[in-house]
Amino acid sequence: MLARRVIPCLDVANGRVVKGTRFVDLTDEGDPAELAERYAHEGADEIVFLDIAAAPEGRSTMLEVVRRTASRAFVPLTVGGGVRSVDEMRDVLRAGADKVSFNTAAVARPELLTACAERFGSQAVVCAIDARRLPHDEGAERIWEVVTHGGRRPTELDAVTWAVRVVQLGAGELLVTSMDRDGTRSGFDTELLRAISSRVRVPVIASGGASGPADFVAAVRDGGADAVLAASIFHRRMHSIDSVKQAMAAAGLPVRPVKEAVA
Amino acid sequence: MGTPTGPVVAVLDYGAANMVSIGQALVVAGARVVVATDASGLLGADAIVVPGVGAAAPAMAHLRERGLVEPLREWVRAGRPCLGICLGVQLFFDRSDEADAETLGVLAGRTVPLREAPTLPHIGWNTVEAVRPHPLFEGIPDGSHFYFVHSYAPVPADESVVVARTTHGRPFVSAVACGSVYGLQFHPEKSAEAGLRLLANFLSLVAADAGVATQVA
Repeated sequence: MLARRVIPCLDVANGRVVKGTRFVDLTDEGDPAELAERYAHEGADEIVFLDIAAAPEGRSTMLEVVRRTASRAFVPLTVGGGVRSVDEMRDVLRAGADKVSFNTAAVARPELLTACAERFGSQAVVCAIDARRLPHDEGAERIWEVVTHGGRRPTELDAVTWAVRVVQLGAGELLVTSMDRDGTRSGFDTELLRAISSRVRVPVIASGGASGPADFVAAVRDGGADAVLAASIFHRRMHSIDSVKQAMAAAGLPVRPVKEAVA
Repeated sequence: MGTPTGPVVAVLDYGAANMVSIGQALVVAGARVVVATDASGLLGADAIVVPGVGAAAPAMAHLRERGLVEPLREWVRAGRPCLGICLGVQLFFDRSDEADAETLGVLAGRTVPLREAPTLPHIGWNTVEAVRPHPLFEGIPDGSHFYFVHSYAPVPADESVVVARTTHGRPFVSAVACGSVYGLQFHPEKSAEAGLRLLANFLSLVAADAGVATQVA
């Protein structure tokens, strides 16, 4: 049976893992490859690197991080942040990543998703959707709006309509982040997740708001997510991947046990 | 782990496939790895690994362009060890429904879309259930999780080549073996300890086949 994935996310700036809130108060948290390897040993089903600086000069640094990680951590790697062309995606894949996540670039040029899916297959193309709840109007059609640039720029795109569209364009997976919940540790926006997962056939990764194992269970059970991503609760060792998976298993969700006995 | 006396494995590089991970995983499992971009790259190899993610038609076009189609068929006819991974195993069969591509035809059967899959592509860790015991899975408990990323899977004409199945909607063939031809629909190079063990098992089979002295992990 297909396991629900638990995915630690590493924010990377200039080759280092950083912690902080919305690009401010960043603190250095170590070497991305070392942390990724540690998470792989602790049972992570996949690792996501988000290049939050995403400056052109930082790209070669990120490629080196991916190369070093791929030679040490034998789990899937997804890289997001700053990839804007088919050639840039090729470079990231050839460095050892399995998937590339597009966000701002997909909003600016949706046809990029199609070009990348045609070249590398839709399984390698992740579309990240950052969504924010709109002030509630009676009878409003849109509940969530897509935002870009780390949540600072509204797009007027309806998040659910956009999700359906990017899948038609070629995205093979959606990384759905609630900007209302991100960093708040108040739980995932399961209504947003359900609104999207019920409309698309591709896997949905839940992001934004994890505070503990119960939130992972809710994202899957109530939100219909196939995978759940979190950053700070793992980095700050508030919860282990094992404790999250045990809670999911106890709730009857299929997970890959952290230690599968290999003789 | 990696020893300089392990079997020499030629990993085919024919385009967009993720070469870094399979090469590194084979090294960790004990192989000496060479990257082959054309037939000359196969000289001196004890085994070939055909990796691959993506679509069948462009992959076959790459193999043709680089003059690898006939050398691969010859290799298999000679009974030499060959491991196909994901798209790689699909290429071993006669045809793929994906753009109706003609593939290598070293195993009888065709590649078809996954049926009744709740999500597509099938992405993530799924359990691999043995149909029969096979040395590839030596030391790996039946039902262990491996990492999958695909929308198609092969349907062998000859049931006896099936080693394992996996279920996503309906059951599909996730591992095959026929003589020294092995195929995996999942990615051992992305499947943590279980995947590295499987690659080490493959290298043991290669070493036994080639009669080369080796110590694998």
